[in-house]
Amino acid sequence: MSTAVPLYRLAHARTGDKGDRSNISVIAYRAADFEVLVAQVTEARVAEMFAHRHPASVKRYVLPKLGAMNFVIDGVLDGGVNGSLNLDAHGKSLAFLLLEMPIQLPGGEE
Amino acid sequence: MMGGSGAESAVMSKWPLHIGCAAGFSGDRTDAAGPVVRTLARLEGRRVLMFETLAERTLALAQLARRADPAAGYEPLLDDMLRPVIADCLTNGIAIVGNFGAANPPGAASHILAMARELGLPAPRVAVVKGDDLSGAEHRGTLAAALGEEVRDLVSANAYVGAEPIAAALDAGAQVVVCGRVADPSLAVGPIVAHYGWAADDWDRLGRATMAGHLLECGAQVTGGYFADPGMKDVAGMHELGFPILEIDSGGDCIVGKAAGTGGVVDARTVKEQLLYEIHDPAAYLTPDVAADISDAEVRETGTHRVALTGVRGHARPETLKVTVCHEGGWQAEGEISYAGPGAEGRARLAADVLRRRLDGLAVRVDLIGAVSLFADDAGELLARTSPRDLRDVRVRVAARHDDRREAQRLAREVLALYTCGPAGGGGVRTSVTPRLETRSCFVPRARVHASWEMAA
Repeated sequence: MSTAVPLYRLAHARTGDKGDRSNISVIAYRAADFEVLVAQVTEARVAEMFAHRHPASVKRYVLPKLGAMNFVIDGVLDGGVNGSLNLDAHGKSLAFLLLEMPIQLPGGEE
Repeated sequence: MMGGSGAESAVMSKWPLHIGCAAGFSGDRTDAAGPVVRTLARLEGRRVLMFETLAERTLALAQLARRADPAAGYEPLLDDMLRPVIADCLTNGIAIVGNFGAANPPGAASHILAMARELGLPAPRVAVVKGDDLSGAEHRGTLAAALGEEVRDLVSANAYVGAEPIAAALDAGAQVVVCGRVADPSLAVGPIVAHYGWAADDWDRLGRATMAGHLLECGAQVTGGYFADPGMKDVAGMHELGFPILEIDSGGDCIVGKAAGTGGVVDARTVKEQLLYEIHDPAAYLTPDVAADISDAEVRETGTHRVALTGVRGHARPETLKVTVCHEGGWQAEGEISYAGPGAEGRARLAADVLRRRLDGLAVRVDLIGAVSLFADDAGELLARTSPRDLRDVRVRVAARHDDRREAQRLAREVLALYTCGPAGGGGVRTSVTPRLETRSCFVPRARVHASWEMAA
């Protein structure tokens, strides 16, 4: 039996932007959770969270010594600071969209 | 105290190097530099204060300012930023390095010399770094080749210059180094290389120095800014966040701290967030100076508000330099109106529908602020699949872009007209029509960019 918790409870994240490309770091609060996060916070699942933005690509880099992952998402900012009509053209808030991802924790633990 | 005789430099380079950040972008707080300088003044060894005030479009706006007034084009808030700290920096031998020169580094240098005179200080040695500006006619061929097409309505074109001219200026005794566009981490790499005298191809050390600069370059983003999330990541004293001060050793490794007696926090979490900020491939963070590699980096807390960064490497620098080109891009119009109380969301959605029909022919983005806005896409896909939830305080926002100012202005006028022609209780209309600047990046061979420095007269 497992529980689903939002990634928000297990990791913190920060967005950076360059042109139409966003990078979002995902950093485990606890080292013990890192393996589960690597298994479940995949490129495909991240692409799903941003599907309505139709990103051109999602690439994940894993940094085990930092307990972190870095997601580079191309074409996700509607043109970014140049092209986008979004209030948040930089996509600064998007870290928190990613953190909504549900994560299955084994054995009902939190 | 800076550069000077060979023997003096040899002694100085054994001392620790501390670099503090006074500004992470041009809109940053201007009262954070004081505590940084007071902390630096009490430290032994070489100390440097860096200012990073040039975002992508800041430089384009500065270029427009210079067109209107040839004496302008440097950071408009230079006085607010420097006046509170320049005397303490000069009297304590703290060198100042900044890109507040923007589109007019010589103008900024003159301003700084005048400021020092007004404050009754001895004239400082102010160096100006040049060569980043590629907007002149002589560079059009280079730009066209790099972009694959001619650039029309060019506002600015600036190459990201590296640390070498900054290091050379400091070596020659500059007390203030004024830059235009440089790679942000180079603002720190320059002083680090000047202090330790590393070779230009000492890639591992340059990689470490670059990541130290990367941790410094956004000001409070490493000391508790752009970080707090109540209940998950708590930060005390955000109203008086301390800006960062890094200690860099002769191998290039660094310890991250912050100004004494300030709010904020430096810990493994804040350092990791800033370490990865704006990074793509962690094994290849490219700057004009090096390709830094943080794939094996480690972050370790060594005390209260003290974090060590180790394990950073570097590889050969790129053969090309990045150039940001900016040109005029028409107009952007925005308009907003709010609804509250029972039926608010229904009235907001109705107003949005009315605006879509009135603005038929304009590609309009619609947001319902309070229901769905920041996460949504320009085309409206997310909004279309967000069902109404009877929200009681909703702000409708519409935005569009057009090359023709009158067309863009139509949007603003239609939102304003909702006061009398729209749903009940609509209030708080705000509209704006602003000129747009578009930026693009390209890459030019190093040989095409001649970065140099000279002392201001």
